[in-house]
Amino acid sequence: MDVVNKILENSALEAEKFKSISVEKNLELEYDLGTLLAIDNNDFDLKLLSQRKNDYLLDLARDNTQLLLNQIWELPTERVEEAIVVKLPPQKTVLPRMKPVPRPRPLTKWQQFAKEKGIQKKKKSKLSWDEQLKKWVPLYGFKKAKAEIEKDWVLEVPGNADPMEDQFAKKIQAKSERVSKNELQRLRNIAKAKKVKVPRVGVMNPDVSSAKDLQTAVTVAKASTASLGKFQDKLPKEKEARGVAAITPGASRKRKMPPVSGTQEKSENLAIVESILNKKPKLNIEKAVARHIRSEEQEQSQEKQTSGRKSSNNRGKANAKKPKGGKGQRKGKSGGGRKRR
Amino acid sequence: MKRLSEERTKLLFEKLSKYIGPNVKLLIERPDGVYCFREQRDRIYYVSERTLKLANTIPPDNLISIGTCFGKFTKSNKFKLHVTALNYLAPYAQSKIWLKPSAEQQFLYGHHVPKSGLGRISESTEKYQGVVVYSMSDLPLGFGAAARSTAECKHADPLTTVCFHQADIGEYIRAEEELL
Repeated sequence: MDVVNKILENSALEAEKFKSISVEKNLELEYDLGTLLAIDNNDFDLKLLSQRKNDYLLDLARDNTQLLLNQIWELPTERVEEAIVVKLPPQKTVLPRMKPVPRPRPLTKWQQFAKEKGIQKKKKSKLSWDEQLKKWVPLYGFKKAKAEIEKDWVLEVPGNADPMEDQFAKKIQAKSERVSKNELQRLRNIAKAKKVKVPRVGVMNPDVSSAKDLQTAVTVAKASTASLGKFQDKLPKEKEARGVAAITPGASRKRKMPPVSGTQEKSENLAIVESILNKKPKLNIEKAVARHIRSEEQEQSQEKQTSGRKSSNNRGKANAKKPKGGKGQRKGKSGGGRKRR
Repeated sequence: MKRLSEERTKLLFEKLSKYIGPNVKLLIERPDGVYCFREQRDRIYYVSERTLKLANTIPPDNLISIGTCFGKFTKSNKFKLHVTALNYLAPYAQSKIWLKPSAEQQFLYGHHVPKSGLGRISESTEKYQGVVVYSMSDLPLGFGAAARSTAECKHADPLTTVCFHQADIGEYIRAEEELL
C-alpha cells in the first residue's frame, strides 16, 4: 500500500505543478483551428496588469493556449505510428499573400492590334465540307495537307508570270516563308514579353516586305557610308523614312538646329522663300485652259455688244453648229513628243 | 521651342505661298522688328524676337503657346494651317472668295462653300489654289481651297462645291482646345 500511496502522493504533487485544463472565461474565445488561431476578446485585468505584468501575461497566454488545445482535442484524432494526429479543418481567416499577384502575360503584337481595332476571334469548326472533294476536311493536320494536294493537282500560270516557272515550287516556297515569318514573329513576341533586346534582322525578303520597311532600309543604307551619307544623291521625290533615327548612323533622335542670330535666320529664310518662288513654273494645262476660256468669253461678249440687236434674229442659225473636235486651231504643242511636266 | 529644320521651313513656306504668294517675304522682313518661326510639339509659332527672348526663360515643357500659332505638322509631315494665322495672312491674300450672308453660317460650321453661296471671287483664281474666305462686309472668315477656277465657277451648278473648307473662325469655339 505504501507504494500506491507514494505514487498517489507523487501524482498529486505533480498535478499541483500543472494547472487545470478547464479555464473560466467571461467571453468565449473565437477560434480558427485551420490556422491554430484563437482570439481573446476579454478585457485585461488592469490591476493585475499594472502590479505584475509579466506573470499576468504569461498566465493569460497559457490559459488561452489551453483553450485552443482543448478545442483541438475535440477534433477526431488518429494514430499514426505512435503519434496522435489531428486533421485540422480548412482555415477561415484569409491571409494576405506573400508574393505580389503575377502580372498578366503581355499581349502579342497581333493581340494588341486586335484589341485596339476591336477584332474578335471567330471560332472555326474543326471540320468543313469540301464541295470539290465531296468529303469532310479538317481545319489543319495531315488530312488537310493531303486534301490540299489532291485539290491543287493543277495550278494556273498567272498572265504576267514566266510560263516556265514552276508554280508548285513557288507555292511550297511561299508556304515555307510564311511559316518562318510566323516563327520569327513568335520569337519576337517572346523577346518582347521578356524584355530581351533582339538584334535587328534588316530587310528579310524584298518581295514580301512592306513599303515602309523598304523605305527604312533605303534610308539606313544611304546613311551607312564613311561620310554618313552626306554625298549620296537623292532621287526626285524621294522621301526619307521617319522615326528611324535610332538605327541610322549619324542621326540623333532629337536634332536641334544650332542657334543663330535673328538677322542671319531671316536671311536664311528669305533664301528659302526665294528658291520656292523662283521655281520654274511648270506648264499648267488647267491655267492655260482657264485663260483660253476667259479670252473666248471676252471676245464673245465684245461681239455681242458691237453687233447689238441686229444679229439677234439669226443668232440661232449661226451658233447652232456644235464645235467639232480636231478642227480648231491648236495653240500649244504641235503634237507628238514626250509630255513635259 | 526650336528652329525649324530646312525641310520643314520649305514645307511651311510652300504652304504659305499658296495663299499669299510672294508676300511671304513680307512676313519675314518686317519693319517693326525681327520675326521668326519656331516649332514646339509640331506646332509652328510666329514670334517676334523680343517675345522669343522672354520665352527662353521658361522651360519648354511648361510653355504652352507663344506668339501666334500658324499651324501644325501632321504625323505624315504635312503642314496644316490653323485659323489663328488668319490675321497675318488675310491682308496679303492673293485670291479671295466673298460669301453671301446666307452662306456664312454654313461655312462657319465647317462646311464647304457651294456655288449658291458664292458672292464674289477674285479674278484668275486657279483651281485648288489656297484662298481666304471673306464675308460680304470684308470680314475674313477663314481659309479654303478653290475647288473651281474663276472661269469654271461661272458655269457651275448652284450646288457644286466652289471652295473646300480648311479653317474658319468658328473653330475658336468648336475646336478651342486643339488650336493654340
